[in-house]
Amino acid sequence: MPDQSSDVLNQYPVRRSLLERNRLRDVREGSIYGVLLLASAIGILATAGIILALAGETLSFFRAVSIVDFFTQTEWTPLFSIKKFGIWALVSATALTSLIALIIGVPVGLLSAIYLSEFAGPKARSVLKPALEVLAGVPTVVYGFFALLVVTPFLQPFVPGLAGFNALSPGIVMGIMIVPLVASLTDDAMASVPRALREGAYGLGATRFEVAWQVVVPAALSGIVASIILALSRAVGETMIVAIAAGQNPTFTFDPRVAVETMTTYIVQVSLGDTPSGSLAYQTLFAVGSTLFVMTFAMNVFSHWFVARFREVYD
Amino acid sequence: MAIASPGRAPTLRPNLRLRRAKGVVFQAIGIMAIVFSLGTLVILVADVLIRGIPWLDWQFLTSFDSRFPASAGLKAAIYGSAYMMFFTILISLPLGVMTAVFLEEYAPHGALRSFVQINLANLAGVPSIIYGLLGLQVFVRFFALDRSVLAGSLTMALLVLPIIVVATQEAVRAVPSGMRDASLALGATKSETVWHHVLPYALPGIMTGNILAASRAIGETAPLITIGALTFVPFTPNSPLDRFTVLPIQIFNWTSKPQAEFHEIAAAGIIVLLVLLLSMNSVAIFLRQRLRKQF
Repeated sequence: MPDQSSDVLNQYPVRRSLLERNRLRDVREGSIYGVLLLASAIGILATAGIILALAGETLSFFRAVSIVDFFTQTEWTPLFSIKKFGIWALVSATALTSLIALIIGVPVGLLSAIYLSEFAGPKARSVLKPALEVLAGVPTVVYGFFALLVVTPFLQPFVPGLAGFNALSPGIVMGIMIVPLVASLTDDAMASVPRALREGAYGLGATRFEVAWQVVVPAALSGIVASIILALSRAVGETMIVAIAAGQNPTFTFDPRVAVETMTTYIVQVSLGDTPSGSLAYQTLFAVGSTLFVMTFAMNVFSHWFVARFREVYD
Repeated sequence: MAIASPGRAPTLRPNLRLRRAKGVVFQAIGIMAIVFSLGTLVILVADVLIRGIPWLDWQFLTSFDSRFPASAGLKAAIYGSAYMMFFTILISLPLGVMTAVFLEEYAPHGALRSFVQINLANLAGVPSIIYGLLGLQVFVRFFALDRSVLAGSLTMALLVLPIIVVATQEAVRAVPSGMRDASLALGATKSETVWHHVLPYALPGIMTGNILAASRAIGETAPLITIGALTFVPFTPNSPLDRFTVLPIQIFNWTSKPQAEFHEIAAAGIIVLLVLLLSMNSVAIFLRQRLRKQF
């Protein structure tokens, strides 16, 4: 009896619509997965974009300029009539300012972190740690202002021959900028040293200083080294502090008192002028950018590798 | 240290006084290190306030830039920063949250997931000026957006993407798994679970991450100079395709001038920028506190 069977079906309308809804649901879930996957691909596209954008113009640049000259000469005058393309004039300035930054930033950052992690009480820690983090939030243009208009005039009486633009004061200010980076990464590394190690040392009669210096710091060493490399990478890529306070005078020198020009400053200098795209000056932006990118990329990869390779794992 | 001498038992010389003194000295050095950094910060802020306060008035906030320090103002820069921040977050918030949800809730543990994750870690370490070169080549030239607000925002969106992803991942990871299990057990699909339960729970953390990303974006100068944001702008942008300037570029421009008056209005500009950052970060801290209470 056909009528009766259709009645039975109509008695359970829910079951059929559930099946249909299941199919719709699968389509919807699948497409949401697809959209999320696509969104996640943007990050990979960005990396690919950076590499392609840099590589394309850099290759055109090396069609016009000898790659040997680029890596061996020490004069950089691409905007003059007699053009010289020796990247060392810029790399030396970057190295100099970054080195000064490390000399200031690493000891200050490490000592702050060791103090905060091993000596400070919870109350001091809860105030001082966020206060140090504030330093990381100050825009770099503000640090540049500070280096040019406060630190340089302050240092001039003490450092004879210190020019208005120099490598010293942006280096020092950059050092202060990287303090929170070094401090917080070191603090994390020291926090992951298990309590039992400390208790063991105390049990053997060690003082607080001995525990900190001879037990916790060696145990956290891989994290500390990684934090220093990351800080160096940050200093190398830093732009506004040196662009404002270090000058625009590409010279191969390691005298911290005179005006120099870092790689990042050169990119800013050319960008501020109206450089027609496709010109050689435009391509130098990318040649310098590629050099910078390769340097920082190598440091970042090395620091991650270092942690993965040398970290002490406690369970 | 135990020293054995003939005929006598080894003596223990704990030498505690010297060893403790070392600790005290070290502690003092540690405190000095912190005082050095924080003291610098205090001097920086004090100097900026002394220079800038006298110039800070309504006229300064509502005038365009000028060749004369007395009549120069921040109007174009404030509008430009606001526009840029709006579009940056508009672009990077959905992308960042979707990436984080994909990584935490959908992606199987394996090669794809770790590749996306490592790539993000690397992007976070790329110097900001390199993003400027990317923006110049891709958005300004290839997509022919010119030196517009949109080109700047797209560049900045890529720059802050890792910050948003990492913050969202942490927030999503902190959602108790019981929430997910309960929702799935009641017949909700994965996307329904994420949308109705995971994301609302993670919202304060996501918001915090976005505010941090926005404050990073608002303080960044280098990438925008590289893509060619203007240093002298006597107009406010009317559409995302107009040219623009932002607060840090305006400050940079004034700082680079030789006259002391321009340095003083640069300081006034810095005060505005710092107040803006401070208020954004206070909101972030407030949200973090609320998050802590929730769990």
